[in-house]
Amino acid sequence: MSSSCRRPEHKAPPEVFYNEEEAKKYSQNSRIIEIQTQMSERAVELLNLPEDKPCYLLDVGCGSGLSGDYLSEEGHYWVGLDISTAMLDVAMDREVEGDLVLGDMGQGVPFRSGTFDGCISISALQWLCNADKKSHIPPKRLYTFFSSLYSSLQRGARAVFQIYPEDSKQLELITSQAMKAGFTGGMVVDYPNSTKAKKFFLCLFAGESGVLPKGLGSETSSRNVPNQVQFTGQRSRFKNMKGKSVKKSKDWIMEKKERRRRQGKYVSMFICLV
Amino acid sequence: MKLLTHNMLTSHVKGVINGYPLLIKATEVKVNEVEFNPQFVSRMIPKLEWSALIQAAEGLGHLQDLPGTPIENYENDAEFLRKVHRVLLEVEVIEGSLQCPESGREFPISKGVPNMLLNEDES
Repeated sequence: MSSSCRRPEHKAPPEVFYNEEEAKKYSQNSRIIEIQTQMSERAVELLNLPEDKPCYLLDVGCGSGLSGDYLSEEGHYWVGLDISTAMLDVAMDREVEGDLVLGDMGQGVPFRSGTFDGCISISALQWLCNADKKSHIPPKRLYTFFSSLYSSLQRGARAVFQIYPEDSKQLELITSQAMKAGFTGGMVVDYPNSTKAKKFFLCLFAGESGVLPKGLGSETSSRNVPNQVQFTGQRSRFKNMKGKSVKKSKDWIMEKKERRRRQGKYVSMFICLV
Repeated sequence: MKLLTHNMLTSHVKGVINGYPLLIKATEVKVNEVEFNPQFVSRMIPKLEWSALIQAAEGLGHLQDLPGTPIENYENDAEFLRKVHRVLLEVEVIEGSLQCPESGREFPISKGVPNMLLNEDES
């Protein structure tokens, strides 16, 4: 299977890839529907909204409205943003309850400050990492998106993105722009040991630091494979895709000290800043 | 496009300082029946730009007897909340456009969906 099959964003820009034929799958293919719905459920869970309160949410890359339907089921109101008219047409045929907006998230979300109580995005963010036009500069588009999203969120609100990261370089690109825009947070990884079930959720906090939720399947994961990567402040401390810290990084040093402590060896409390 | 969405939408064209509120030019408007949730309406009222809401509703001929400012103690006034609910969630612009108050640039609305895609020189 060629890599472009698994990575649709290498094939064409989203408004071209998600044409009528592709859009039809989202209303007819039960497997796609099931997966998208499950990921939406998990994303809403990670949003940690106040219980029993109807909220006003933004769904970025809402597509055919599968994730939006779940938001409506939970009693929330939502606005969906998508770049594909074919996908939005399907959403309209399916009579979704949310209000739909045709737009390119890389150009910024066109809402005034403090509008939303939260934001979810299912399988959409990775599309921003590729330059589909000559004029596209991915880091700039990511920053435009994140900064406008940050301001459109209420203080203390969260934005949860289910993504399929290509590699750690891409993850670094995404998270560095998110932090530049003012967000804190980190990556939650569900079922880190299963290639089939593994899922990545970027969990961002706007304005208030929160406690990063634990990834699912952590009870069965080995000690060396983390299911959380927290980043705060100015520097993103990244673990590579295998879950081990980059050698000689601060994390690597901390982990080594912890290992030696467990082995009963004396460890000095002096920490080198790398 | 519902008036709740319109109340939050702003022009994000590069260089525009005051792209809010967008002026609605509607050629087709629909009124739907949407389930009334007083808790949601009550929570949204402090977030609304009330004058923009009045202006929009009036422009569409759907102002009815909505007051110029939210009444006191609106959380407990179901009748008032119902009026707000109707204007926010039941009135929908199907065809028309949204015009930027600063630049005059128009964003078309088709089948109820506003097109906020920007040209290359606008972002």
